[in-house]
Amino acid sequence: MDDSSTSLAEIQRQLETKRGRAYWRGLEELLDTEAFREFLHREFPRQASEWLPSLSRRRFLQLMGASLALSGLTSCAGAAPEKIVPYVRAPEETIPGHPLFFATAMQLGGYALGLLAQSQLNRPTKLEGNPDHPASLGATDAFAQASILTLYDPDRAQEVTHEGNLSSWADFLAALGPQLERQRTKGGAGLRILTESVTSPTLYSQLQAIQTQFPNAVWHQYEPVNRDNVYAGAQLAFDTAVEPVYRLDQASVIVSLDADFVSAMPGHVRYARDFASGRRVETSSERAHNRLYAIESSPSLVGAEADHRLALRAAEVETFARALAQAVSDEAAVDEDRATVIPEDWVAAVAQDLLANTGAGLVIAGDHQPPIVHALAHAINDRLGNAGKTVYYIAPVVANPVNQTESLRALVDAMAAGKVELLLILSANPVYNAPADLGFPDALAQVPFRVHLGLYADETGAQSQWQIPETHYLEAWSDGRGHDGAATIQQPLIQPLYAGRSAHELLDAVINPEPRSDHDIVREAWRQRAGSGDFDAFWQRSLHDGVVADSTGSPVSVTLSNFDLSTPAVPLTPGTLEINFRPDPTTWDGRFANNGWLQELPKPLTKLTWDNAALFSPTTAAEFGLASGDLIELSYRNRTVQAPVWIQPGHADGAVTVHLGYGRTHAGQVGTGAGFDAYALRTADAPWFGGELAVRKVGEGYALASTQLHHSMEGRDLVRVGTVEEFACDPGFVAAMDHTAEVISLYPEPIQSEYGWGMAIDLNACNGCNACVTACQAENNIPIVGKEQVLKGREMHWIRLDHYYEGAPEDPATLHQPVLCMHCEKAPCEVVCPVAATIHDQEGLNTMTYNRCVGTRYCANNCPYKVRRFNFLEFSDFTTESLKLQRNPNVTVRARGVMEKCTYCVQRINGARIAAELAGRPIADGEAVTACQAACPTQAIVFGNIHDPNSRVAKLKASPLNYGMLAELNTQPRTTYLAKLRNPNPALEKLTLAGENHA
Amino acid sequence: MFVVISLLVGLAAIAYLLINSPVVTGVRIARTQPVAYSHALHVGELGLDCRYCHTPVEVSNTAGIPPTETCMGCHAEIAPDSLALAPVRNSYAQNKPIEWVRVHNLPDYVYFNHAIHVKQGVGCETCHGRIDQMPVVAKTESMQMSWCLDCHRNPENHIRPRDAVLTMGWTAPTDQAEMGSTLVAEYGIEKARLMDCSVCHR
Repeated sequence: MDDSSTSLAEIQRQLETKRGRAYWRGLEELLDTEAFREFLHREFPRQASEWLPSLSRRRFLQLMGASLALSGLTSCAGAAPEKIVPYVRAPEETIPGHPLFFATAMQLGGYALGLLAQSQLNRPTKLEGNPDHPASLGATDAFAQASILTLYDPDRAQEVTHEGNLSSWADFLAALGPQLERQRTKGGAGLRILTESVTSPTLYSQLQAIQTQFPNAVWHQYEPVNRDNVYAGAQLAFDTAVEPVYRLDQASVIVSLDADFVSAMPGHVRYARDFASGRRVETSSERAHNRLYAIESSPSLVGAEADHRLALRAAEVETFARALAQAVSDEAAVDEDRATVIPEDWVAAVAQDLLANTGAGLVIAGDHQPPIVHALAHAINDRLGNAGKTVYYIAPVVANPVNQTESLRALVDAMAAGKVELLLILSANPVYNAPADLGFPDALAQVPFRVHLGLYADETGAQSQWQIPETHYLEAWSDGRGHDGAATIQQPLIQPLYAGRSAHELLDAVINPEPRSDHDIVREAWRQRAGSGDFDAFWQRSLHDGVVADSTGSPVSVTLSNFDLSTPAVPLTPGTLEINFRPDPTTWDGRFANNGWLQELPKPLTKLTWDNAALFSPTTAAEFGLASGDLIELSYRNRTVQAPVWIQPGHADGAVTVHLGYGRTHAGQVGTGAGFDAYALRTADAPWFGGELAVRKVGEGYALASTQLHHSMEGRDLVRVGTVEEFACDPGFVAAMDHTAEVISLYPEPIQSEYGWGMAIDLNACNGCNACVTACQAENNIPIVGKEQVLKGREMHWIRLDHYYEGAPEDPATLHQPVLCMHCEKAPCEVVCPVAATIHDQEGLNTMTYNRCVGTRYCANNCPYKVRRFNFLEFSDFTTESLKLQRNPNVTVRARGVMEKCTYCVQRINGARIAAELAGRPIADGEAVTACQAACPTQAIVFGNIHDPNSRVAKLKASPLNYGMLAELNTQPRTTYLAKLRNPNPALEKLTLAGENHA
Repeated sequence: MFVVISLLVGLAAIAYLLINSPVVTGVRIARTQPVAYSHALHVGELGLDCRYCHTPVEVSNTAGIPPTETCMGCHAEIAPDSLALAPVRNSYAQNKPIEWVRVHNLPDYVYFNHAIHVKQGVGCETCHGRIDQMPVVAKTESMQMSWCLDCHRNPENHIRPRDAVLTMGWTAPTDQAEMGSTLVAEYGIEKARLMDCSVCHR
């Protein structure tokens, strides 16, 4: 215990001695630990270049001898003849070498995100957002980007199995038939269907058809990350379960009550764009900045974006919401108790700001906050005239919103009572993710005929007699609705790779004696829905656009009810810990656990990979004598689980956050065994948080692979931040932070060619969501390396999100900065390469020629930005057949011993150039788009021709906010940043002014 | 000492000869194809346009190998019973593609684009030789990087007017260098850029 408290004291002392603005990346930096210095001074940690321990020198020489001999022989014989296999009948529109794009949609929690899927000779290789889809507007998130890897995951369920033995769809239908006949005789009394949240109109109509044929059958819904609270909150506030849709672009003052609307809420891609639109300041004269207040328990990306952030335990958010509701209304009675929890100046300041912006304010409650908080948020929005302007309400997007926890409980009760004879589980994985106290697995065993349709033979598949492989969304016809109700017909890009069936086909087998294909089912359902008119034209139009015309939910008018506020918030027992359950930022509820890209994607804020952890605030950790990497036992409601500790600056004191989605036992080769299972503690009555958590240290030294300290750069002003006010007074404040004197250089001046590629990244817009990192991985064939290699600092991402804290560890401000190759005009890497493998091209790209690279790693050593990545081992998978299909054919798959780094997506630049030259015109602005830029939900990344003064990127670079990172080294980076501006409320001002250290 | 040196020089000479020999480059080595298709007949005698079969050559990176239905477009009528055409008919009837043997193969790290070369006045013949005289196609050029660079360094020595791109047996005018320079300017070819690694390697 002493150790941790002294280190906290030491951190505070270190911060006090820092002068001016102090940015830090991790607590280790503040303590100046040896581990941090190691990361700082070495591009790669010590022993990074070591040999594979499993390969002895002798064995190596044997293998090398053999392979040399073999390669010698083959080179003499010339390359073995390859085959060219053309079509017999060429499909229309297909031109080899020209990808086609098809509109489709991916669903998460039932909510559809419109996508354009790239098809290279009929194999989907990359996903982009659909600009016409209201939830996407052309952007995507990390889940959508990574979902292409799931399609090709070799661990997917491939065949129908019965009791673990190979079987077939025909055998399954033969076995299902008599079961259905039996059910038919009793109206389906023993038939139950369990789905996740359903927005698909077609699936809903099929479920209704089943209900007609089997009146006594019951449809249950359960998804561990659901919107029960949202609908219950609306029910409470308006007496009707409506779905709120937010118009963040219309809001000037936004209050988030534990709502992560930029990364973990349906519609988050759109919301991130709308929010950023109110913060984009390219010139000082533009319209007012919006202001965001975030009240949150566990640090989230919204908290990081906020101008003011208040860390409260999740249970205390209700107290805040009540106080705010009271403050914006006329009654001014102050609850005496609450002052101890909620800083009154906060409530007053937020209320005043909201009152000053009636009709342009917005209060958003988080999905994991109880219904009362949602109701209070609705009440405040209603009171301030925001309803109808910054938020509107539509009929629920989910087809049949029920309380999912209760729905599952009813199923468990029926199973335990032996009332369920035939259970169809569609896509869900309740054996893994049902609340622990329901006892789902035991009850399931009572069902005589259990069918699981799933992408993977997962935990539930293992306990079902029939496991049917489910088709991936890129293999199946379906439909779904977005956050605002817009319907999309989801079209497949490829025939099912395995013996997969969709949920539509399985349900059709229940109701139709002659089962149809999912195409016929979905098309027929839409034919019935479309009514009169030219159906073929409607169908083609809908498929082409990716959105069904006029399907957006129309606003419904609601009236606020007099809901009961008299029951006070349940206070937390003083001195006990609160536990918070959250979906994981990368594996979500566990469904992405076997996706290597997402496993290795550093989670926002913690930068953990391959693991989840129990997050503690520095103060609470010190109280319990815990340090990051300690192993603790979490005891909660008579259940225990062991977890590693991670100290997260900014976390609410007295609370612990655990992320769902780990501790899988049947995930696949990638996900099985990673992390701990937080579902083991989660109960039905308190799915998101609860008090009375006890922790006990049981060990230490658990290795958590966090990339937070990797690639640290020693330098000042890597991120630049100011306030809106400061910028208005002194538009040159960013330039004043420069350390550059007169620039002289030994190296030749850059060539003035027609095109000069450059990038500007707006730190005002970037919210650290990781979409760019995954998009880059998909586009550029970037391999994953595994936890052990990440611990050695060998992760391969070409773009990383650097993450800085500012201020005290208890409540720091948080900053993100995407860092990729700067494509320096005077690149330090180029001059040290002994083989000229990395050289400049005419248009300012710092190119990397893999075949010349001999792996000296001098370039990485000399790069001040630490953006070069080395293939220490054979990281690329050259053997798994299914993964080869995903690869971008326009990018080399790198082998061992080769350096690589961001190329500014040179394949896309060349593609745009050839298209332009064939058409005999110059490359238009916005034609060459990098993968990171295309994916970015907030359009923070702008790429283009900096030699064209009218290009968007050139205009951004002319902004007074523009600055080059480490420009004082005279590297003349082509990638520059726009400084971040905060818009603090003067009444709550506590941030030090930027530029203070230069005053 | 002398023996060692001469041995090394000898080895180097052999290596040099070897890497430039047809054994390695495949030049002039005709590959037996599953169908006895003769370019000499179709192009040389009958005068078929290259683009009749290699449809994407002007728009895509690949020139494309025609689908079986292209062959059948004519051969459903012309020589419908020919023994030599049996594999084509079988392919069409059984919906099984013909597996042609690749003659011109570039390494995977080279991203060659047909469309832009055709557009900028590189003749088919420049790289593929007198296809119109080949009953069985063989490579005529090594397709090694140095060979590519010969033209990328000095495109004016090789490029043609656009209307001569498909011509077989085109003879360069006596003022090729001069005409080439005019064409380089007219086509907007940036010579310096042609030497960038990123033009061909990604």
